[in-house]
Amino acid sequence: MRETTGFKTFRIVTLAVLAVFVVLPLYVMVTSAMKPLVDVQGQFTWWPTNFTIQPFIDIWSTIPLASYFVNSVIVSTSASVISVIIAVFASYAVSRYRFRGRTAFTTTILSTQMFPGVLFLLPLYLIFINISQTLGVQLIGSYLGLIITYLTFTLPFAIWMLTGYFDNIPRELDEAAKVDGASAIGTLLRVILPVARPGIVAVLVYSFITAWGEVLFASVLTTQTSRTLAVGLGEYSTQVNVYWNQIMAASVVVSIPVVIGFLLLQRNFVAGLSAGAVK
Amino acid sequence: MVLTTEKPEAAPMRAASGPNRVKPSAKKRPKGWWLPFALIAPAIVFELLIHVIPMVVGIWMSFIKLTQFYIANWSAAPFVGLGNYQIAVNFDGAQGQALLSSFLITCGFTVLVVGLSWGLGMAAAVALQKAFRGRAIFRTMFLIPYAVPMYAGIITWKFMFQQNTGVINQILGSLHLIDPNNPPFWLIGNNAFGAMVIVAIWKLWPFAFLMLMAGLQTINEDLYEAASLDGAKPFRQWRNITLPGLGAVNNVLLLVLFLWTFNDFNTPFILFGGGEPPAGDLISFHIYNTSFITLNFGFGAAMSVLLLLFLMLVSAIYLVSINRRSRRA
Repeated sequence: MRETTGFKTFRIVTLAVLAVFVVLPLYVMVTSAMKPLVDVQGQFTWWPTNFTIQPFIDIWSTIPLASYFVNSVIVSTSASVISVIIAVFASYAVSRYRFRGRTAFTTTILSTQMFPGVLFLLPLYLIFINISQTLGVQLIGSYLGLIITYLTFTLPFAIWMLTGYFDNIPRELDEAAKVDGASAIGTLLRVILPVARPGIVAVLVYSFITAWGEVLFASVLTTQTSRTLAVGLGEYSTQVNVYWNQIMAASVVVSIPVVIGFLLLQRNFVAGLSAGAVK
Repeated sequence: MVLTTEKPEAAPMRAASGPNRVKPSAKKRPKGWWLPFALIAPAIVFELLIHVIPMVVGIWMSFIKLTQFYIANWSAAPFVGLGNYQIAVNFDGAQGQALLSSFLITCGFTVLVVGLSWGLGMAAAVALQKAFRGRAIFRTMFLIPYAVPMYAGIITWKFMFQQNTGVINQILGSLHLIDPNNPPFWLIGNNAFGAMVIVAIWKLWPFAFLMLMAGLQTINEDLYEAASLDGAKPFRQWRNITLPGLGAVNNVLLLVLFLWTFNDFNTPFILFGGGEPPAGDLISFHIYNTSFITLNFGFGAAMSVLLLLFLMLVSAIYLVSINRRSRRA
């Protein structure tokens, strides 16, 4: 198809406007992270004239950033690994078998997208308080408590996306494995999982990214020792000073791992998302 | 591609669980009938634990007077029936009025954010539909806001919206759109609504772009070829080929965008922190603040249930109307 001038103009304008919109905050984040504090407290400058990498060093001592980092890694990794393990089995059943209650199950999974997080937060908060009162098990401020609440959003999403991936794997593979005498579980573990590995990795990374960015549950269910990055970054604003240059430096540091992970896997991710969506 | 053919060994299983299951003998239930149930069992256990039980507890909470005196000993909290709901929908009272205004703000916010995010996502997906030099760079660039952790993105916007030191007022000042000696506040007062909309679009539109881009790959290119031979201009091609071709994706996408945006908590929470301006009082944020500042959890739970009922109602109407339309087509 020949491109009309109208379409070319549309393309140039669209891409230019969106590029500015997308890049502006990223540019501000990165350049402000390389300015001394006085420079971010004055009028905004487009270029860091007093260039420094000091904020990237200071962020670790102003607040216990390293310990928040570890907390975020532990909670996000656990939540995504647990969801993917559970989801592999559930999605395989949903994709390969027609059983009683299958529709009810998938509908429930999809409809959890609808639920406001705050609807779960209040009861979970109270349940946790009362568990610690009666059983003495402290869930608020513990990794376990936070991981459980993170499953409320990582698990349904993992099941949804993995079902899409499994549906796209030809059934001939299952049949062939069965002919060779493999059991159903054996088929799943030795035949399907290796084929679905890109999809599984994508779901894992995606769940991790979502948990990494979670704010609502973390703001209520963490204490000083279990605080995650999402809440911890607020501590750069103190009564005395708002360390904007360090906030921006910390934002760069917490973004880099997930942005790289996402960009490496974007292709897998697009495939699974669209497969899950068109049903 | 959707595979719906039943597996041979799965078919008789349905008969076994049908009306004539008087004798659950080994004859009726083929070998391995329990397998799918065993496979989803862990998921069901977790679903009960993380979704069903908290929800039942939440609904129960909405019927009791669960104030700070009863938080650690909720069985002693007095039952108030629909009392919490009455306060929530009594729009003459202060609490009801605040809830109503928060609801209306959220409606306006959702319409703007979903509409514009979808529009930007569609424009970008169409602009990048055909191969040209530099396409991959734009595609990657547009996905970055989606990968950046939400709080990092929002906190950067908060910095940009600062009154005296922010880049936004700097740009507007150099374009002579504002008085540089008296720059406007963006995070307090009525401007807060606009700031919140822009931030929410920034982090949401890449998802629309991602989904629509994936959807475009399923449209047969020959259709465009044929249409352009017939002399159809790009806009008509978009309306007659692209838009119908994206039907299935759009149905899901718009619903998900609506639900996420209506429930948005992170944007106002990080952008405004403790000093929330009334114009930025989105409903999740409102429920959160009401619950944790007044420590009246019963009332908070009642508002959450009302929010859920509203979302269910809208989703149901939406899905029914989509089904109708697709049946007519």
